[in-house]
Order: sequence, then C-alpha cells, then structure tokens
Amino acid sequence: MSVAHTSRPAEGRRFSLLSLFEAMATPHQLDRYLELVTPMVTVRDLRAEVVGVQRSTADTVTLTLRPTRQWRGFRAGQFVQVGVVIDGVRHTRCYSPANAQSSTDGHVELTIKAHPDGLVSQYLHAQARPGLVLDLSQAAGEFTLPSPRPRRLLLVSGGSGITPVLSMLRTLVDEEHVGSITFLHYAYTENDVAYLDELRALADANANVSLVLAYTDQEAGGHLHGFFGQEHLDAVAPWYADAETFLCGPPGLMRGVREVYRELGIEDRLHTEEFAPAATPAEGEAGGAVSFTASGVTADNSGATLLEQAEAAGLHPEYGCRMGICFSCTTVKTSGCTRNVRTGDTDTDPDKAIQLCVSVPVGDVALDI
Amino acid sequence: MFGLSLSFLPFVGGADGPRNAAPVVLSHDQVEEIGRELDALRDRTVADLGAEDREYIYKIIKAQRGFEVAGRGLMYLGFFPPAWIAGVGALGVSKILDNMEIGHNVMHGQYDWMREPGLNSRVFEWDTVCPADQWKHSHNYMHHTYTNILGRDRDIGYGILRIDEAQKWNPYYLGNPVYAFFLMMLFEWGVMMHDLEAENVIQGKRKWRDVKPLLKGWWRKAGRQVLKDYVIFPALTGPLFVPTLLGNVTANLIRNVWAYSIIFCGHFPTGVQSFTEDETAEETRGEWYVRQMLGSANIEGSPLFHIMSGNLSHQIEHHLFPDLPAHRYPEMAPLVKALCEKHGLPYNTGGFFKQIGSVWAKIFKFALPPGLVSSDTPPGVIVERQKTAA
Repeated sequence: MSVAHTSRPAEGRRFSLLSLFEAMATPHQLDRYLELVTPMVTVRDLRAEVVGVQRSTADTVTLTLRPTRQWRGFRAGQFVQVGVVIDGVRHTRCYSPANAQSSTDGHVELTIKAHPDGLVSQYLHAQARPGLVLDLSQAAGEFTLPSPRPRRLLLVSGGSGITPVLSMLRTLVDEEHVGSITFLHYAYTENDVAYLDELRALADANANVSLVLAYTDQEAGGHLHGFFGQEHLDAVAPWYADAETFLCGPPGLMRGVREVYRELGIEDRLHTEEFAPAATPAEGEAGGAVSFTASGVTADNSGATLLEQAEAAGLHPEYGCRMGICFSCTTVKTSGCTRNVRTGDTDTDPDKAIQLCVSVPVGDVALDI
Repeated sequence: MFGLSLSFLPFVGGADGPRNAAPVVLSHDQVEEIGRELDALRDRTVADLGAEDREYIYKIIKAQRGFEVAGRGLMYLGFFPPAWIAGVGALGVSKILDNMEIGHNVMHGQYDWMREPGLNSRVFEWDTVCPADQWKHSHNYMHHTYTNILGRDRDIGYGILRIDEAQKWNPYYLGNPVYAFFLMMLFEWGVMMHDLEAENVIQGKRKWRDVKPLLKGWWRKAGRQVLKDYVIFPALTGPLFVPTLLGNVTANLIRNVWAYSIIFCGHFPTGVQSFTEDETAEETRGEWYVRQMLGSANIEGSPLFHIMSGNLSHQIEHHLFPDLPAHRYPEMAPLVKALCEKHGLPYNTGGFFKQIGSVWAKIFKFALPPGLVSSDTPPGVIVERQKTAA
C-alpha cells in the first residue's frame, strides 16, 4: 500500500509531462517522432528487438525477443502478433511464446516454422538476426492453464504447434507442479522435433513428466508411430478421462483428437488452439458466409460486393463513391479471403483493411462492422 | 423498346459562347481505349510498389519532422530577427510537407498498402484545423468522385466564389476577388468549414442536425491545433511568447497561401472543362478517366517544386490515380501526356505563374456580369457516348 502511495506523485508528474509532449506533437503521436530516432524508444507502441536467433531444425527458427517496457507479459498458451516489414509492406502473424510464463528475464521466445508459402515465416527463417526490431502486440487468447492447476495433464502437439504447450510444460516445471504431465508430440521424423534435447532433459530431470514422441514418417525410434488414434491415447494416457488435455497442432491432428474425444464423450476435457492458415478457396467459388462481427449479423455470401451484402443485411456502413476511389468504406477484414473486383487480386491476410465497395468475398469472410 | 442507340452527349466546357476552334471529338472506342491504357498504366505501377516507396515517404516524414523541430527550436532565438525568419521558414516548410506530400496523400489511401498503422488513411490526422474524416468526405468523396460536375463538385467555387462561367452570376459575386483573398489567407479554416456547406445552411437547405457532428469535430481538432500553435509553444518560449505566437501565425499563413495557390492551379486555370450532371450520368470507366483529365491542370516545375506541392502539380495524374503514391506521378505523367496527344486531347499544363495568373484572372473576370466580359471558352472536347435508351 505504502509503495503505491509514494509512487503516485512521480507517476502524476510523468503523466503530465507526457501529456504536454503529446500536445506538442499533436496531431501526430509522440511515437511517430521517436521511432525516427530509434524504433525501440516508444511511449505507447509495443515493439520487440530480436536478441537471439537459433535455427534448431532445418525449417524452424527460434527467436528470443526483448520487448519494450509496455509489455505486460503473457500466460502460457497465449499468442502474440508479430509485425515485420517485407518489401515495404508490414505483415502481421500470430505466434505463441514457447518460454515459461514465469521466466523472469522478460524475454519472449518464439519458434517459427518456415512454411513453403509462408511469407513471414520464410522471411524470419532466412533474415532474422539480432538487432531486428519487430512490432509486437500484447498477448491474447483463452488457451491457458486453469488455476488451480489440474492434477493430471496431457499436452498434445504436432509440428510447430509445440510452442504453446511447451510453454505450459515449462511453466508447470518452473512452478514445481507435482501432478503428472504427459507430453505427446507428433513430428514427421526425429529431425523435425524442435526442442528435442530440452524435452528429453525436462523429462529426465522431472519424475512427473513423461515425454512421448510420435513419428508419422519414421518407423524406427521414438515411442509411437503413425497418426493419432485411440490406441495412442490408451498407450500414453490410459487415465485420460481423469485429466485435462491441451492440444495444438496442424488441422489433421486437431481433427483426429477431437473425433476420439467426442466418441469418448469427454470433449469438455479437451482445450485447443487452432493454427491453421486461411485456405484459399477455388476459383469462381461464391459460397460461404459473411459475418459482420461488430453487429452480430451473418449472411450467406451472395457474390455481390461486400458493401452491397452489408446493406442487404440491413447494415449501414459508411461509403462514398462506390467505385474504389474515395476509401470511405475501408473496413477491417478480420478473416477470410476477398477478391478485389478492380484488380482481380485475392487477399487471404487476416486483419487487413479492405474497400467494401470493390471487394467480394470468396468463401467465408468476417468483417469488423 | 429497350436497345442500344448511339447518341451524342457532349462534354462541353463552360456555357454557350463563341468558340475559337472546332472541338475535339472522341469516339466511344477511343474513350474505351484510353480507359484500358490508363488501367494498364495503373496496374504496372501498383505491381511495382515496394520498399522504395516506403523509403521515399519515410524520407519525407523525416525531413518534415526535422523542419518542425528546427522551426520550434529556432523560436527560442526569436529575439534575433534572422533566427525568427529561419524558424518561421522551417515551420512553414514543415506544415506544407505535412499537409501536402504526407497528409493529403496518406488520407487518399496512397500508402494503405504498406499496412503501417501510422500511415493508414483511416486513422491519419494532419497538421491543420480540419478533422481528417470531414476532409475525406468533402475531398476524397465529393470532389474526386464528381470532379468538375457543376452542382455536385463543391470544390467549384467552394460555395463562395464564381470560378466557372457556367455558375450563374449575381451581384454577390462582385466581391469575388475579396472572397478569394480571404479564402487564401484563411485557407485552413476554409477547408475546415467546407463540409458545412454554409450557403446551404444560410438558405435553410441544411439542418442543424446535420451540422452538429461537424462542429464537435471542429472543436476537438481545431481546439488542439490552436492550443499547440498559439498557446503551448509560445508559452514554452516564456518571455518570447509574442514573437513565437506571431511566428506560428506566419507559418500557418505561409502554408495557407501556398496550399491555396497549388490547389487553385489544379482545377481553375484557363482551359479546364466543367460538366453537367446529365452529361456524366452512368459514366463508363473510360469516360470517368477522360473527365478527370479534362477537369484538371498541371503545373510544371522542378522536383523540389513537385515535392512541396505534394505532387498536386501533377493534378491530372492525381485525378486519374488518386490512390497511387503521389511521388509516382512524375514518372507516369509523360505516358499520360503521350496518350492525350495520341487522341488529340488537351493536356493542361504550364509554369506556376502562368497557371496561378490565369486563375486570378478568372476570379476577377467572373466577378463581373457576363454581359460585361468576353467569353473565351476554349474548344471543348466532345465525347461520343453509347447510351442505353430508356
């Protein structure tokens, strides 16, 4: 209590000085001045500097980030958005920190798999080096460990989906959690397992942690082979009904686990985090649904422009020229694929500003109106 | 009953009056070819956007912020006249760059493709009293969609001036040069009040209900601008309050005169055509392009001049491609000009003094009743339109 009291006047002084500087910088934000001097000095914006780069497998890179002081930390299993400039354009992607939420150095550790078509992941895999400054969002997401911690835990991951559940494992070990933890990880081969040495060391050092490695493309070595099925579950966690399961991985693994849990009637014990890239629908497809998330309205995609579809759904988004020149109707597309009728270009990036009057949805699209 | 019929709908310049030469006639096919070629030019430029454009705009932003900081700093030496003059100059340059090459262009969405939160058309604000959202309505939408269409484009005379022969004269317009002078000096306030449509409010055509949200925006935006330039920065120089205040007023004045002059050169020099609503109903993309070219005028000058005018010296290219980064207009201009020459279309350009001179000549001329002045409407361009008969 006394700490709070003594620090208040100082904070008040800082605040008023900050507002004076902000008034002087108006109408621009102070960070728009500061970033020109050095990108890591900001008053409002959260950024992060790459301080460590490690390429542990052929197609993954592990980045250690030092966030600016605005960083509020994260809970194991949450994700952050990372922004990076590639050929003049800032691209943003979601990644889950892999380090323990309890780590005290304030760093964020991301392990990124370079997908063949992944612009950002390819760039970071090839180009990331210490000193690179990235945009960072505060952590978000509900895929977290409950408090108090469950007595028994099954952590299941596949490929690069390892990061949020590894963060959970590291957090639990840090907390000296006494319950049993089974870590089941799927990879093509042993060479594709990120963090292999660390996983083995954690399992060796902690009697309550058992590591199960499952390989889908390798027949020798490891503990299990092939894809997830009930036999895998029976083999590694026969007590599954008495545990909480946390799952993150590619769509095939997610489907497989969900199906088994549904058949067993224990879906409520399964917690998942999806990391599937937006699918690019086939040419000429006009199906799907348009969700106007801020209004809570959903309508079938009629194939018309998003402005017309929004109006047909009874909404009144702002618009001007209705021909793509005035930008009055620019709106954030939160997810899905759209096609620009003027250029024919398709866009699958999430959280992108699009012009409603010249964009048509291709499959499911969600808009923030 | 319904069918296609070929009809002539002329795009005529000004009102009826004697013509010096025969008008240019553009066939429907020519118009569509112009549309295709301009679309192709647009596509080539869009495909080429990248890191260089990002570096360019950040270079301009750095220069602008540098001039601003230098200008504010020099005010602390405001007791020494050369320092005061240098400070005012730096601040004036900063405000011009902020409004023209940065603000105007960013708010057109020219840099939205960079997905940089600080350069996004939806959230950008500029160093002037007009709130960005109101300006985007009056400018990006009203002016750029309905360029030079009488009765639709409120930039024709801004509801204050008679700047086109087709605007009906009345005795109020005798004050035309005086109104223009005050508009020039107080340009940022004029821009702010543009969306109000004051003459419609006075005539009772516009309701208080429509106006109220505008006033709130003014209070918020202009309040902060005034506080910054006329209270906070002068106060920060302590005993130099008055010189700093006068310096900031002068810098705003410099920006006003410059912005007004560049903008008036964009649409009002001799030779620019205006259009009627009937002529432009249900335009094709090609026809829209042609109207934008005929309704705009360029200013010739050095690269520095183009930067200081926000590349609005390439008003023709800007009106064809309002959402492409403006620093690309100089490289596009020769191609647009060649396209005009190929089809015999006028490409209205000239030095700054020629263009601004003809603007002021118009302001004086159109102050007088039509009977007292000669009509020297340039040859218009007639566009053959294929129109669906109802």
